[in-house]
Amino acid sequence: MKLTGYELADPHQLDATFAALADPTRRAILTRLAAGEATVRELAAPFSMSQPAISKHLKVLERAGLISRGRQAQRRPCRLRAEPLRVATDWLANYRDFWEESYQRLDQLLGEVQRQQAAEIERPGGNHE
Amino acid sequence: MNDRLQVTTPADDEIMLTRAFDAPATLVFDAWTKPELLKCWHGARGWNLVVCEVDLRVGGAWRFVSRGPDGTEMGIRGVYREVDAPRRLVHTEYYDEQWVAGESVVTHEFVERDGGTTLVSIVRYPSREVRDLALKSPMERGLTESFARLDEVLADR
Repeated sequence: MKLTGYELADPHQLDATFAALADPTRRAILTRLAAGEATVRELAAPFSMSQPAISKHLKVLERAGLISRGRQAQRRPCRLRAEPLRVATDWLANYRDFWEESYQRLDQLLGEVQRQQAAEIERPGGNHE
Repeated sequence: MNDRLQVTTPADDEIMLTRAFDAPATLVFDAWTKPELLKCWHGARGWNLVVCEVDLRVGGAWRFVSRGPDGTEMGIRGVYREVDAPRRLVHTEYYDEQWVAGESVVTHEFVERDGGTTLVSIVRYPSREVRDLALKSPMERGLTESFARLDEVLADR
């Protein structure tokens, strides 16, 4: 597993990424942008929200580095920037791996204890047939 | 790769872990609260509990010391706030070394269904900064042992 890069991750960048991802509308916008670039008007269409409200969300995403905006004055299409998202999800994945490894040991223990319990019940001399 | 464990960040200062186990809730609860069982599993590969004291009652203290492969020791302590076996366990958590600053509150819910148990653990940190540090720290501890060895554990199963 690749571990370099985490040391380089800017903590403020991660704060911004996690904060930006904490909102369902912004997550939906990112999901939409994963399929390709879109204008504010196109992004606002599926939501019962005004374009200015969507623009506010886009500003948060842009500050978090999760999207970039085109420079054409009229259209300014939004584009997904995958790198900060990848750093944030990799970080979570490492935490996950740490606990998953622990929990796999717990799985083995739970299996052993249950097999022991079953063996005690079946032991000759018990009240079972 | 086993996808049974989900880690999410439901709030700025929280981490939530959700994991299913093939055992009844009483057993999973015991595994979290009985030192002789905790010592068998708690900690990622290379880290083991060398001190495990549990006073399982509201207001009772707990104390874990983990030792890593290079002999490094890490202590955690806390106090039980809610003990409702085998459904719910709430405790505080405080690291000796302050690499996770301040006191966190951990809430475990053990939900049994069809003989299996889903454990939902929510860790609430004093702030988002501390939460983000905590997300990073287990990774650093895990560095001493390669994560590649996780594949061995998976292959054994």
